Amino acid sequence: MAWTRQILRVNLTKGTCTSEPLNMEWAMDYLGSRGLASKYLVEEIDPKVDPLSADNKLIMATGPMTGTIASTGGRYTVVTKGPLTGAIACSNSGGYFGAEMKFAGWDMIIFEGKSSKPVYLMVENDKAELRDASHLWGTSTWHTEEQIKKENQDPQIRISSIGKAGENQVLFSCVVNDLHRAAGRSGVGAVMGSKNLKAVAIRGTKGVGNVENPAEFQKVTAEKKQILAENAVTGEGLPTYGTQVLMNVINEMGALPTRNHKDVAFESANDISAEAMAKPRESDGKAHLVTNQACFGCTIACGRISKIDKDHFSVVQKPQYHGASGGLEYEAAWALGAANGVKDLEALQYANLICNEQGMDPISFGATIGAVMEMYENGTLDEKKIGVKAPFGSAEALCELVDMTANGEGFGVEIGLGSKRLCEKYGQPELSMSVKGQEFPAYDSRGIQGMGLTYATSNRGACHLRSYTVASEVLGIPVKTDPLTTEGKPGLVMAFQDATAAFDASGLCIFTSFAWGLGDIQPQIDAACEGDWSEAKLQEVGERIWNMEKLFNLKAGFTKEDDQLPKRLTTEPAKEGPAKGLVAGVPEMLPEYYEIRGWDKEGVPTAEKLKSLGL
Amino acid sequence: MGNTTATLKLYASLSEFLPAGALDNKAQIEVSESDSVARIIEQFNLPERLVHLVLVNGVYIEPEDRPNRILAPGEVLAIWPPVAGG
Repeated sequence: MAWTRQILRVNLTKGTCTSEPLNMEWAMDYLGSRGLASKYLVEEIDPKVDPLSADNKLIMATGPMTGTIASTGGRYTVVTKGPLTGAIACSNSGGYFGAEMKFAGWDMIIFEGKSSKPVYLMVENDKAELRDASHLWGTSTWHTEEQIKKENQDPQIRISSIGKAGENQVLFSCVVNDLHRAAGRSGVGAVMGSKNLKAVAIRGTKGVGNVENPAEFQKVTAEKKQILAENAVTGEGLPTYGTQVLMNVINEMGALPTRNHKDVAFESANDISAEAMAKPRESDGKAHLVTNQACFGCTIACGRISKIDKDHFSVVQKPQYHGASGGLEYEAAWALGAANGVKDLEALQYANLICNEQGMDPISFGATIGAVMEMYENGTLDEKKIGVKAPFGSAEALCELVDMTANGEGFGVEIGLGSKRLCEKYGQPELSMSVKGQEFPAYDSRGIQGMGLTYATSNRGACHLRSYTVASEVLGIPVKTDPLTTEGKPGLVMAFQDATAAFDASGLCIFTSFAWGLGDIQPQIDAACEGDWSEAKLQEVGERIWNMEKLFNLKAGFTKEDDQLPKRLTTEPAKEGPAKGLVAGVPEMLPEYYEIRGWDKEGVPTAEKLKSLGL
Repeated sequence: MGNTTATLKLYASLSEFLPAGALDNKAQIEVSESDSVARIIEQFNLPERLVHLVLVNGVYIEPEDRPNRILAPGEVLAIWPPVAGG
């Protein structure tokens, strides 16, 4: 089975916690995690609901592989209607919290309503209760974790919480677990904040004892771990250099968005790269990088743990930041660095630490700072308005503004709106580098054409984790395709989207897909779960999830006009590199994408397509 | 005499194969009319299993094209072992 078959429903308005059986019919169609939680969400809320109202719901969900011995089986997702986008939101996190939820006997927790005062949920196996969190409100995720463990006299409790950003409903606030892993995108932390839910603390001791075929599961998971170990990327590249190794790769290709996407290459990329993190600093002779780190059950271990230079201006007289902590990962280093033209690695790590501590998505925060800096340089904003001088490249401004945003002070309140609302407010909507209100990640769609279509059609707004065609267009996984052409990309994007949805629904990490295909997760799922889980069925589950998410967004009011990129990317050609002269070819790819999806010309799934998927 | 140098960039675990004097993962190297990408890879003793992502001026060079792709003066050859990110 692998599912616990139990859901915990928490009504924050009434203060009740009740258990109910998992809908196994839905589990057979949506598998778990992203798929199954999204199914519950679309069945239970009005797509037009205000994301920050009591009528929105927030679901924390595991997949059937979460908590098992399968490699990377530590993932959980937070599913809700996202306040940054107004679209369906599904943010995925590693660490240890997801496995603990499973060990306590729950497939998912559904939060509904709104508490009249700050509370946190305490779960100890079957026992669940809401507790007062007044003493935690106004504190960081780090303090919250420490305090809950301390007051319960149990260091093994696993916690997901929001910091001040989520409390203040910063629209890109996230939910942080295990100090520096996060359900990061779309503002899921703000939804928790709107419900006065500070944290979820779980202690589970049951393990996952209900695997369908234990002997076969043990055998097949061992075989698949061997593939990860022997693969050059998952066995060596990711653990040694982490995701940050991409900084120089993408820059060399002329696809590193720089200074709010005005440029496609950053002259100081090497200063903020994996290579720089491993090099001894001039100031103290120590490398920034301390070690790598794995999430629950992971045999890849791509995470980065670093120590900031304690003499850096950002942390002078702030010893709380001098220890080893999470970061920098590629996306954060790009968004806080190249996107703003900032080349000070220590400043990037400081901003990253604050994002972890107070619960903010560093991608959206950093990209919003890019828009602020462009508006500062073009005279729309000035020092008086912002509170600091904020030209591109200013490490000081980055560090000041991350504090102001996390703490809800001064201009930080406006930054907390995200780039779309901020740029609209100041009459420059075209300067927001976003789709559906969510900021781009670290790949320029003029130099990697498939990513343009990925961003435009992503159901949660601009995102690389819905269809990582970089694997094919840059890294040659599973096959090398030309990043500069639009030809064949609609099919490539669709294939990545559906496969990714299936991976996400399983509870496994998408990074395994650098070595595994659906054919590798299929026998693991089939051995763990009841039912017949063929590769074809997993593909269908992925496609069903994608179409279900799309239907929710259509009902929420999104149209074809929202499947577009900002004009900068479709009208301003890349200035240098292999893509010089090219713009993003989304307008020419979109009709073909709709067609192969079985959608009409307006991007609406046809009745025939929906019927074939049982929707 | 015109320019006879090209730029060699080696990253991640290939960094240790850079010639003395290299800075920020790059070095200037002398190239002749017969210096193909494959020949330069051989010249710097880059282990075959670590030569994965090969770019000239940012454009990927397929393994089968490396023996015939001549590196001209002024061009940039950048090489990585198998890596990934997200």
